[in-house]
Amino acid sequence: MVRLSLPYSEQDLMRISVGDEVELDGILYVGRDQAHKRMYESIKNGNPPPFEFEGNAIYYMGPSPSKKGDIIGSSGPTTSARMDRYSPFLISRGLRVMVGKGPRDKSVVDSIKEYGGLYLQSYGGCGALYHKAIKSVETIAYEDLGPEALLRLTVEGFRAICIIDYMGNVFAP
Amino acid sequence: MNLENIIKESLIKASRVLPWEIENKIALAYEKESGKYSKRVLGAIGENISIARAEDIPLCQDTGLLWTAVELGSRSGIDIYKLDKSIKRAAESAFLEGSFRKSIVSDPIYERVNTKTNMPIDILYEVVDSDTAKIMFLLKGFGSENVSRVKMLSPTSSEDGLIEFVLESVKLAGGKPCPPIFLGIGVGGTMDRAAYLSKKAFFKEGDKNDLEKKILKSVNSLGIGAGGLGGEYTALGVSLLDEPTHIAGLPVAITVSCWAERKAEITLKGGQSGEIVSSIL
Repeated sequence: MVRLSLPYSEQDLMRISVGDEVELDGILYVGRDQAHKRMYESIKNGNPPPFEFEGNAIYYMGPSPSKKGDIIGSSGPTTSARMDRYSPFLISRGLRVMVGKGPRDKSVVDSIKEYGGLYLQSYGGCGALYHKAIKSVETIAYEDLGPEALLRLTVEGFRAICIIDYMGNVFAP
Repeated sequence: MNLENIIKESLIKASRVLPWEIENKIALAYEKESGKYSKRVLGAIGENISIARAEDIPLCQDTGLLWTAVELGSRSGIDIYKLDKSIKRAAESAFLEGSFRKSIVSDPIYERVNTKTNMPIDILYEVVDSDTAKIMFLLKGFGSENVSRVKMLSPTSSEDGLIEFVLESVKLAGGKPCPPIFLGIGVGGTMDRAAYLSKKAFFKEGDKNDLEKKILKSVNSLGIGAGGLGGEYTALGVSLLDEPTHIAGLPVAITVSCWAERKAEITLKGGQSGEIVSSIL
């Protein structure tokens, strides 16, 4: 088990190897398909990113609504492969630590090799489990997208497995 | 309880608690799995199942597109118009009261505007020779729906061609659909009929006949494992339905379900004047 505090330092990322179980603590940004499309288009048009990419991690997720008294509903990962078309560009702009589920395209691996970064796989379908790791939630952009809005979470003991490490090594079963 | 409440409660329960036979299969796979990483995944799934039940929240944030089909008995005496309205109303209240994620967008090609209600739902009706109506619901998550496929095989492809297509599809899906998966397979009819059967297959007992067993064994020999991290349990069940087809074809459809195969089934008996007099859960 390796702990990773977020925002991260470059040295912390380098300590993590393929196959490690990682526990995340701290600030975790959340965005999925439409948020990626918007960030990509907006940055391409010369606008600044909606949050500081350097030092921060993004989690591919769209929560279910919270039950009365809770801060968030079920909050597990969505399929990362759908973000592959935007990730190489976003990695080049500093968004180098990603959390989702399932395999990534070679272009993502290559970008991590070039810029350094991590891809972590969280446990797919385990939305109730991750709901317990989330301590605060704030919507920071794209509220009109409903469950696809860009969020800032505080997490504690958020579990994932390293699939692509800093050097671009990929987990092989 | 009236019909709308029965449907609503069944849907909310389906989002939180898996059918016991599915939970059993997951627990058994956890016991037996020797792959280090996939065992870890199955362990997390087990924890998740307990938390969802204890906290009364959905197992997965993707509460799905509600796939709905009705086998309406020609002798049931049930008023189809009333039934249709009841199902739609019940679904809409389940989405709201059960904290389902609002996952439906209109204008799918361009604007993709969230309808904010998780509606509309589409209901497929089929008339059968019985005195009841069977309503079938799948809370169909799209991580797995996205890797579902249809192929028109050659009529001489036979069993080998079918198995080859299943294996190719499961390999292509890899870790994307939240394995261990459940497979619904529809064979025959036209392209759309095969696709329909591949979903209806989840409502019959699987892993029974030789073909289903053979497919399950072949899929599990791929070694994809839970979370796609390598292991013996890539699939936990295979259920296949077939129907007559054309001499020139062999349509095959595969619906992939994630480990959280969430579903509900309600059987109704009708009264004299089209009202629903009882339901068998």
